[in-house]
Amino acid sequence: MAGFQFFLEVLVGGLLSGVMYALVALGFVLIYKASGVFNFAQGAMVFFAALSFVGFMELGAPFWLALPITIGLMALLGLGIERFVLRPLVNQHEITLLMATIGLTFVIEGVAQLVWGVEVRRLDLGIKDQPLPWLADNAGLFISQIDIFAAVVAAILVATLSLVFSRTKVGRALRAVADDHAAALSIGIPLKRIWALVWAISGVVALVAGMLWGARSGVQFALVFVALKALPVLIIGGFTSVPGVIVAGLIVGAAEKLAEVYIGPSVGGGIESWFPYVLAILFLLVRPEGLFGEKIIRRV
Amino acid sequence: MFNVGIGRTLRGLMAAAVVAGVSLAPSLAQAQAKEQYFGIPSYRVGAFAAGGSGFFGGIIDYLQYVNMKEGGVNGVQMVWAECETEYNAARGVECYQRLLKRGDQQMHIFEPLATPIAYGVLNRVDDDKVVLTQYGYGRSDAADGRVFPWVFSTMTSYWSQISAKLNWIATKEGGVANLKGKKIAHLYLDSAFGREPLPVMRRLAKDWGFELIEIPVAAPGIEQQAQWLRVRQERPDWITLWGFGAGMNSTAITSAARTNFPREKMVGVWWAGSEEDVLPAGEAAKGYFAAANVPSGKNFPLVQDIEKVVYGAGKGNLSDPKRIGNIYWNRGVTAGIFWIEAVRNGQRIANKRGQTLNGDEMRAGFEALDLTPARLKALGIEGMLPSFKLSCSDHEGSGSVKIIQWDGAKWNIVTPDWVSSDRKMIREMVEESAAKYAVEQKITPRKC
Amino acid sequence: MFYREAGQFRTSYGQDSQIFPLRQDRFAMLALLAVAVVVIPYIASDYWLRALLIPWLIFSLVALGQNILTGYAGQLSLGSAGFMAVGAFACYNFMLRVDGMPFLVAVVLSGLCAAGVGIAFGLPSLRIRGLYLAVATLAAQFFIVWALDKFGWFKNNDPSGVITAQPIVILGYAFNTAQEKYLIVLAIVAGLALLAKNMARGATGRAWMAVRDMDVAAEVMGLPLMRTKLQAFAISSFYCGVGGALFAFAYLGTVEPSAFTIDLSFRILFMIIIGGVGTILGSFLGAGFILLLPIFLSVLFHAVFGQTVDASLISAVELIVFGALIIIFLIVEPHGLARMWQLTKERLRLWPFPH
Repeated sequence: MAGFQFFLEVLVGGLLSGVMYALVALGFVLIYKASGVFNFAQGAMVFFAALSFVGFMELGAPFWLALPITIGLMALLGLGIERFVLRPLVNQHEITLLMATIGLTFVIEGVAQLVWGVEVRRLDLGIKDQPLPWLADNAGLFISQIDIFAAVVAAILVATLSLVFSRTKVGRALRAVADDHAAALSIGIPLKRIWALVWAISGVVALVAGMLWGARSGVQFALVFVALKALPVLIIGGFTSVPGVIVAGLIVGAAEKLAEVYIGPSVGGGIESWFPYVLAILFLLVRPEGLFGEKIIRRV
Repeated sequence: MFNVGIGRTLRGLMAAAVVAGVSLAPSLAQAQAKEQYFGIPSYRVGAFAAGGSGFFGGIIDYLQYVNMKEGGVNGVQMVWAECETEYNAARGVECYQRLLKRGDQQMHIFEPLATPIAYGVLNRVDDDKVVLTQYGYGRSDAADGRVFPWVFSTMTSYWSQISAKLNWIATKEGGVANLKGKKIAHLYLDSAFGREPLPVMRRLAKDWGFELIEIPVAAPGIEQQAQWLRVRQERPDWITLWGFGAGMNSTAITSAARTNFPREKMVGVWWAGSEEDVLPAGEAAKGYFAAANVPSGKNFPLVQDIEKVVYGAGKGNLSDPKRIGNIYWNRGVTAGIFWIEAVRNGQRIANKRGQTLNGDEMRAGFEALDLTPARLKALGIEGMLPSFKLSCSDHEGSGSVKIIQWDGAKWNIVTPDWVSSDRKMIREMVEESAAKYAVEQKITPRKC
Repeated sequence: MFYREAGQFRTSYGQDSQIFPLRQDRFAMLALLAVAVVVIPYIASDYWLRALLIPWLIFSLVALGQNILTGYAGQLSLGSAGFMAVGAFACYNFMLRVDGMPFLVAVVLSGLCAAGVGIAFGLPSLRIRGLYLAVATLAAQFFIVWALDKFGWFKNNDPSGVITAQPIVILGYAFNTAQEKYLIVLAIVAGLALLAKNMARGATGRAWMAVRDMDVAAEVMGLPLMRTKLQAFAISSFYCGVGGALFAFAYLGTVEPSAFTIDLSFRILFMIIIGGVGTILGSFLGAGFILLLPIFLSVLFHAVFGQTVDASLISAVELIVFGALIIIFLIVEPHGLARMWQLTKERLRLWPFPH
């Protein structure tokens, strides 16, 4: 196989993987942007969302019914989290909030396994995980249809969210809350409603990510670990930037795959586990708040 | 002030509760005489729960079956207690300690179905007189019973399995000579488990003349783009898939479909050969081969009888009875069979029919495991296990597997006869490795 | 009533700067140590020692290390399991490759190895802070485990990829039984805890706390920022390394690199958050909470529901209750168990008077 063609395939494959990571990272960014909380439970939410969706379908609901039910469920979950976990902890140190979301992870994982059971399930989105025929035949490139679909969905999602944040009133309120809670309160922005909204949206984003990952790898507990893949994306992109998440996702995905294919064999392979993190450190040394993150101004 | 009040009360309650609760631990219901107690370190939540619930469910169902159908072994009822390990070494060690004693009885067989937990208790089983079984995983060199008197790798260790698989691949290619110049890729989870078969593969690559390509996958393996692009580049003739967890396994199969790699050229390890592993891959898994130390299926008289007797009475352990006959459950049933046979043998050898066995007697019973074809037929599992015999020095027994193939709905047995490993070569490697371990740990191998 | 401080005069600087200035506190501490050393080995069962006390002590030590880094110096780090791994494997290799290496020397050396690795991975902290640093330290975690797993030399080319710890022999006396292992772990942990307490109370600790609270101001004041931060990483990794060595030698016995998962790193962070960030006592309390609570829940549920409810349900409920308790606990007392204890002591000093 021609060297350059192979390189192209690795690159494109990596970019598409990166999109998948970015989808998961998106949920983190939304919550961090609006409430300053690092939602450790995002991975568990992805798992729970996908599991519930498949669970409802198994109970007999068709696709177009199960989807809104699950969206509603995730929104409810988000509201519940905001009301029972975040509101009592509202002014605490960020480490306390992190710990609370970790406790939340256990609760969500436990509930998911309690309600839906531990069997592995298939998620069929109706899109085959096969290479696009015309690309395969004409250019010899094997790019899966699901990956392309995921990229399109991610692009739409990011575009929508970016527009919401920059053009709509709600978006502006979200940004105001992220900037300074007290100031936002003082001009009359309903803080609790905004937070509830953000958590609900984040739950829906988790559902989208869960459905796409579930279609690729099956709906089972390992979905929780996709969150680990999203962390380097968050660092490189900055915790507070929606477009940054996509750019960073592309960078992480491409770099990771290229490194594994070209550098991996000479050190024994398997470097995907740490390479994105080392890459993230290198980025941070140049820009400590990530590529698109807000510059933190420290006053003495 | 309010916070302090609540906080103190809460703390006091918790402290009292911890003390009360943990002191409950040793005082679980007193075991009666005429009972044989087993501790079951199961994992029913977490990433591997699907397999765990099937396997441990199978064991419990068989123990229940023996109790119900035959009134126990010579009148000795089987009793057991479970403990959740979450496939975690620290929890597993704590479960081992907690399950060890129950009243005046002690457990004498420990099967954690988890490599980290098996390693965590490896050093204690000698002193505690507990038979540690590694059913198809763990240290391959534990097959040498002289260096590992209390550890059993019944049946079929990783080395034996890969040897048998390569033997089968050779027959598919028309003979060992035809393998010369071919490429076999080993796609494995980048861990000790994944690397375990490499010594055997490297040796056979040299002896038989095929090229071995090693492709590691970083845990958890739900993302294998880079690895499969390498497969595309190298174009191997066969892939041995050594994955663990449905995420990695189903992703490997779907990735094979995406890169148009024929699934009929993929042979998975048994941790990559269960229903849970292939179900998420859907259509893509058709034609995929795996090795099985115990095939799936309900067309074994014993399986049907368990369903009738145990599940008929509503005492089945699986919450979803559709999983009866699945691979992990069948494997669990055979593990239960080993335990019961050990008890039977132990009672016979120590002349303690109808009495509880101690550690040495249980081990003697386990070492006397002799599953002849006649015995397999009498147990109702003809075809489910190969015929094998354990001994003081051979703690593995078999080394044979059956190759199964997924047809989209179920596993079909492709090799009606058992595919054997190269027992002589494997035994040589086992003894060499065990001897090195004995020297390093200053163990004097026992005489057999 | 119990804490009558009247009549306790301190007449020298030494007396004034004791760790336990009140006689009652000193007495309580000595009594606790006496019980731990003399009474517990005799009355505690094998289960208590092997499955509860020894891991609690070991994890307290690692949590201490984490607390030094995150609690005192304010550098959020998630690499503690990786440093434990370095300690465990270093100790094994020292004992293996150097003939006649004394166990305690090997432990110290392995701690120093871990400290070296800690400094290397602590370098980014000079430029990065907060959550970004936490995720960057994950690089340490993943890289260390990958390296130990990949290069067989660390495991003496064991075909199964594990290390089996050698028996602990100090001055010709073998520490084999659970009681002996417990005593040696207790001695090491107590000694290092005392060291940590003194470091935290002294100039070192104050430098760390200055860096934690406002590092720009600290630098302006003349504190050498790089040296302080790297020192925190080094000492913290030393503790984690020693903890890791004990983990392999006195607790599990056989260890593979992937036993030091990221899950373990997170658990250690939980321990200090629940226990009380920036306190020595908090490390012990938090380790106890995180280690013992799941076991207690498991015992409780099995005893109550045992044969009647499906075991999978019990396991799932254990998880839920554990998570819920963490959340409730944080709502009730966000500063952790150590703070609760401190408030208790404050009230005890006044008891039976309200103020």
